[in-house]
Amino acid sequence: MSHLTDFQIFLILSILKIAVVLVITLTAVAYTVLLERKLLGRMQNRWGPSRVGPFGLLQPLADGIKLFLKEDLMPMASERPLFILAPIIALSCALISVAVVPFGAVTRIAGVDMFDISDINIGLLVILGITSIGVYGIALSGWSSNNKFALLGSLRATSQVISYELALGLSLVGVVLRAGSLRLRDIVDSQAGHGLFSWNLIGGGQIIAFFIYLMAAYAETNRAPFDLPEAESELVAGYHTEYSSMKFAMFFMAEYANMITVACVATLLFLGGASSPFGNLLPTPTSPIIAAILPIFWFVLKVFSFLCLYIWVRATVPRFRYDQLMSFGWKFLLPVAILNIIATSLVLALRG
Amino acid sequence: MAMHNYPYIWNYLPLVLQILVALGLACGMVGASFFIGKHKNSRTKAGAYECGMDPVGDARGRFSVRFYMVAMLFILFDVEAVFMLPWAVIFRRLPQITGSKMFGFYEMLVYLGFVAVGLFYVWKKGILDWSAEKGDL
Repeated sequence: MSHLTDFQIFLILSILKIAVVLVITLTAVAYTVLLERKLLGRMQNRWGPSRVGPFGLLQPLADGIKLFLKEDLMPMASERPLFILAPIIALSCALISVAVVPFGAVTRIAGVDMFDISDINIGLLVILGITSIGVYGIALSGWSSNNKFALLGSLRATSQVISYELALGLSLVGVVLRAGSLRLRDIVDSQAGHGLFSWNLIGGGQIIAFFIYLMAAYAETNRAPFDLPEAESELVAGYHTEYSSMKFAMFFMAEYANMITVACVATLLFLGGASSPFGNLLPTPTSPIIAAILPIFWFVLKVFSFLCLYIWVRATVPRFRYDQLMSFGWKFLLPVAILNIIATSLVLALRG
Repeated sequence: MAMHNYPYIWNYLPLVLQILVALGLACGMVGASFFIGKHKNSRTKAGAYECGMDPVGDARGRFSVRFYMVAMLFILFDVEAVFMLPWAVIFRRLPQITGSKMFGFYEMLVYLGFVAVGLFYVWKKGILDWSAEKGDL
């Protein structure tokens, strides 16, 4: 490797990381769909997909092939460039935010951190910003379809997402206050030490912030009980009514990729990231390979549990009414988030 | 902090690459589905979907003004929320900088007070009330 410059090594390793992470993310997206259908099935006392492959494990593959082979319709009344652009914005925004998520302990090969694609100072801001851009995908898809159901769905989705983004952003301020940094690695480090009891969720006293984040995140990703944008009893399918083939699937992939991002952020900010829940109780692994893999195991386990929670909530809670949804976000979550900031900063100031 | 043997600015490069790859992937998918899927279009099929009926009029009609209100309020409050992040980052170092233990807290309390007054005003104006029949809205 001596004939390569530092920059070339950095570039090659970065491309490698991006490739691996994107493949894993897309696979995770496909299998989250299966996980959801399976779990929902079992919660409703039925089997879920079980025909394609063992335990229905090849179902995502079959779905993907089917969607690619379907006819790619372009409604006459639609605004063509925007109609095509909307799913591209939605999916690419959903896939970008994974770039700043550190999903393992710091492990350097040739000076490059292998378990974090892009370790930047403003990681949290990047995630917030990219998810905000994702709203354009929803807004444009509904408007460019020139269909009444799609327009109503996208209006609902847009105003819901932007309303809950406030509560979401404010709920994260408490965590940033404690960590004193927007860099996700620093935020994770601020929760290391005593395992479970130094997580922001429990030891950090951010449990209220966690629940605000939880509810706002459900609304952000348009999931039950806040899935009014796609309320099928009123709006057919919401903003993607006119979409078919892979363009339709891209909105779904974006939704599930956003779910995974939200789960990653919740893990990083409230559940101690890639650190072990047992803190120093477990002996430090001596082998460097185990020391690299174990944090990833914890991270994946936490993200997986969070996704299961998502699905559990979907199977349990009925849909909100729209006026209830708006007043819940503005009149309850927002004031509580502000109070949480005041309380957290007061405690931090008094403790010095 | 682990040592870096490369400049910090390089860290942004993978992010840019990721943006390009994600965009490329999304464009590729749209392209692939266009070329793989069959195209048998008819006039009825390409019309707007309205539960099987002939579409009535255009979708670009008028809709509730509340959506605009929410969008405007979002901009106001989101800008206010963004101002809170720099303060949150530096908060634990403020006692050293200002020399007073509670200065940073009171400072933000005043600011949050303004935000709360704004929210209270909007609330009492009834803009957040989606169920009420408001003729003036």
